[in-house]
Amino acid sequence: MSLLHLAIISPLILAIFIPFVHKTFPKIHTGWFLLPLPVLLFAYFLSFLSTTINGQTTMETLAWIPTLGINFTVRLDGLGLLFAMLITGIGALVVLYSIYYLSKEKEKLNQFYVYLLLFMGAMLGVVLSDNLIVLYAFWELTSFSSFLLIGYWNHRERSRYGAQKSMLITVFGGLSMLGGIILLYLMTGTFSISEAIVLADVIVNHELFTAALLCFLLGAFTKSAQFPFHIWLPDAMEAPTPVSAYLHSATMVKAGIYLVARLTPIFALSGLWIWLVAGIGILTLFWGSFNAVKHTDLKGILAYSTISQLGLIMSLLGLGAASLHYSTIDAGFYTVAVSAAVFHLLNHATFKGSLFMMVGIVDHETGTRDIRNLGGLMTIMPITFTIAIIGAFSMAGLPPFNGFLSKEMFFTGMLRAQEIGFFNMGTLGILFPIIAWVASVFTFIYSMIIVFKTFTGKFQPEKLKVKPHEAPLGLLISPVILVSLVVIIGLFPNLVAPLINTVMASILPGMEFDVHIYHWHGFNTELFMTIGVILAGILLYKFMPKWTGVYTRMPERFSFNSAYDNGLAAIQKGANRFTNAYMTNSIRTYLIYIFAFFIFTLGTTLIVKNAFTLDTSNVASIHAFEVVLVVIIAVGSISILFAKSRMTTIILLGAVGYSVSLFYAIFRAPDLALTQLVIETVSVALFLLVFYHLPKVSRHEETRQFKMGNAIISVGVGVVVTMIALSAHSGKAFDSISQYYIENTYKKAAGENMVNVILVDFRGFDTLFEIAVLAIAALGIFSLIKLRLTRGKEQ
Amino acid sequence: MEILMSFLIGIIFMSATYLMLSKSLLRIIVGTGLLSHGVHLLLLTMGGLKKGAAPLLGQHAEAYTDPLPQALILTAIVIAFGITALFLVVAYRTYQELGSDNMELMRGKEGNE
Repeated sequence: MSLLHLAIISPLILAIFIPFVHKTFPKIHTGWFLLPLPVLLFAYFLSFLSTTINGQTTMETLAWIPTLGINFTVRLDGLGLLFAMLITGIGALVVLYSIYYLSKEKEKLNQFYVYLLLFMGAMLGVVLSDNLIVLYAFWELTSFSSFLLIGYWNHRERSRYGAQKSMLITVFGGLSMLGGIILLYLMTGTFSISEAIVLADVIVNHELFTAALLCFLLGAFTKSAQFPFHIWLPDAMEAPTPVSAYLHSATMVKAGIYLVARLTPIFALSGLWIWLVAGIGILTLFWGSFNAVKHTDLKGILAYSTISQLGLIMSLLGLGAASLHYSTIDAGFYTVAVSAAVFHLLNHATFKGSLFMMVGIVDHETGTRDIRNLGGLMTIMPITFTIAIIGAFSMAGLPPFNGFLSKEMFFTGMLRAQEIGFFNMGTLGILFPIIAWVASVFTFIYSMIIVFKTFTGKFQPEKLKVKPHEAPLGLLISPVILVSLVVIIGLFPNLVAPLINTVMASILPGMEFDVHIYHWHGFNTELFMTIGVILAGILLYKFMPKWTGVYTRMPERFSFNSAYDNGLAAIQKGANRFTNAYMTNSIRTYLIYIFAFFIFTLGTTLIVKNAFTLDTSNVASIHAFEVVLVVIIAVGSISILFAKSRMTTIILLGAVGYSVSLFYAIFRAPDLALTQLVIETVSVALFLLVFYHLPKVSRHEETRQFKMGNAIISVGVGVVVTMIALSAHSGKAFDSISQYYIENTYKKAAGENMVNVILVDFRGFDTLFEIAVLAIAALGIFSLIKLRLTRGKEQ
Repeated sequence: MEILMSFLIGIIFMSATYLMLSKSLLRIIVGTGLLSHGVHLLLLTMGGLKKGAAPLLGQHAEAYTDPLPQALILTAIVIAFGITALFLVVAYRTYQELGSDNMELMRGKEGNE
């Protein structure tokens, strides 16, 4: 157990103590006890920064299940470090924010912080694990803790719905990722990511490659809310705002991004990976930004905006992976996409986190998040307004904020897509910059909506539940820190350039990078694209009422949400209907299933295996009286079916039983004949007893209806049994072991009756438990007759 | 003889199956009784028929019939009897409590609605 392991597990350990702390110090907000941990962890990860930038990777292994190759291996490289710093840094800010956001009187704080700590530990585990199984375990823990956090206000129906939806979708993806992990293990024989990367050349030609690739991508796309699995994210906005800011903008939704980046060296050698990641990413980018505009709930807008920005990062990662195909020719040409992805990942975490916190403040201070009720808050909440304007302008890609820089790099990456000379990129590649540009226009529009519909325009105090005023200082600290980062990175982007270099080294191993981010790169296409975005965005924003009718034209019925809802309902209904269809509660139906299955399996086996044989060489001779007996039994058993009265039925059964005992006598089985005679007599007596006590209502002897289905099944059972009996007798493989009994019955067991000696000497255990059966039956009968609990209660 | 017995056993199984698929509880129990006869005969037949004297050493015969299937059948007869007896008393109590022996009426409560 190294310090790194401890760092990952420490939130989980602290989570154990939170309920006790909460109970012991009810006067102090529980969040204060939590706050030092992410701060310390952030400082701890910061201490790795200089060594990691110098290209050093820290690895620590803790044996877990070594025989299965599952070890808790922590690997801290550039990519892991960036994520670890995001998780702990934003984690600290979110905890601070939540202290002022959540009331310590009204909320169940102990639960909230336990879930949050679980999530933090799980997320650190995901980004720092080198072992895929361990990664998967932490991955599911993030889904689980996210479920708990979304459903935090579990008295609300919408919260429960959102929690269930996100759980179902992300766990579906998580399980397919587990499938991918197993497939990868089958290909490489290792669960270690760093060992699998070395084998990338072998894997790409393996037959399981495509299946593993799709499984992993399914996991990444569901977690990162990519099209069409994005639907859970807007419903996850029912969570408290600190949770939305932390999980659903900065950390958990980037787990999928992390996975794609981490696996790029393994899978990106195939065109399928590039196409899927880039294609789904750009589709998500467009769909998210397009849909964000129609929402009136601020968190709804931010949810779709997150979806769209995640799509942007994803598509950049996909296109940047093309550089793995050109190891020599001007490698830097495509790597710009990867550097843009990493840069934007960082930027998005800063501005989206601050925007969510800003929305939380607005919600907290006005009592609503609906932009139709808001407006004119600029003079009332000047600091919040400043936060909003910086965050939103950065999101829209305006200078001088960091969003502008990453958007320029994004355009560069997209423009280079058409240069990729393989996988049909040359012709379809032109679509990438076009879609990217259109999506950026929508991004611009909704960014403006967030700022101007909330803070400018007419102030409508009558629509607000509380009198709005500026937020307390505590709520403002975290978003102010985040927006200062937005500005600092925007003005001095090269502060983070070394970090980006390191992260890229982990995504594209074996390459050298020298990322340098310029504010001014001349009058090139990217700049004109940005100017175009701004102009088109302003125009469309001005004339919004004229064209927003386009959203109402899309019927709600065909949306992905209704597809999910209807699909879920249909599955439940279908399963219900299916179960009700075959579970009829009638014993006859179930017997038909059993007999039909018996006929089907044994009959087809006989036919398919060509097993039916008939050998007459080893049969005993037939005497006339035996034939008579056979006829008696056959006629007796068949005529039971047609017996009109119950009395006849019982007598016929007795006749068959006595004839069977005659058979035992003929076939040299005196003990059997004796037992059968006695038992048949007792059985018939019992049957008569029951017959005598039949209730008067059903005493009338109804005629037995003939049922064709029953007849077919019965004949089938008879035929199959006969065929199996004939084949079994004909194909006798070896002699009986009975010669031993015949020889040793007297010598070893001092008896002359072989059957009795077998029953009590050679195989006495059978007899013991047969006695037990009789005893149990006798006790059962006794208690059935004597025990009258329900009747006693009724009377 | 074994072939003839195989057909007889098939007929017994057929009748037993038909009885077990009927509505009346009594007929179902008759079906199980018939089924156990069929099974016992099947055991005996598959052990081989009439290969010698009854399995009693006092007979001093050259060959004896196989004693093992007989021991198995004896055990099976007793167990089948115990179960039939219990089953019959359950049926008897059912008549007493529910006033019916129609299996179609004896359904569980609707589970899935």
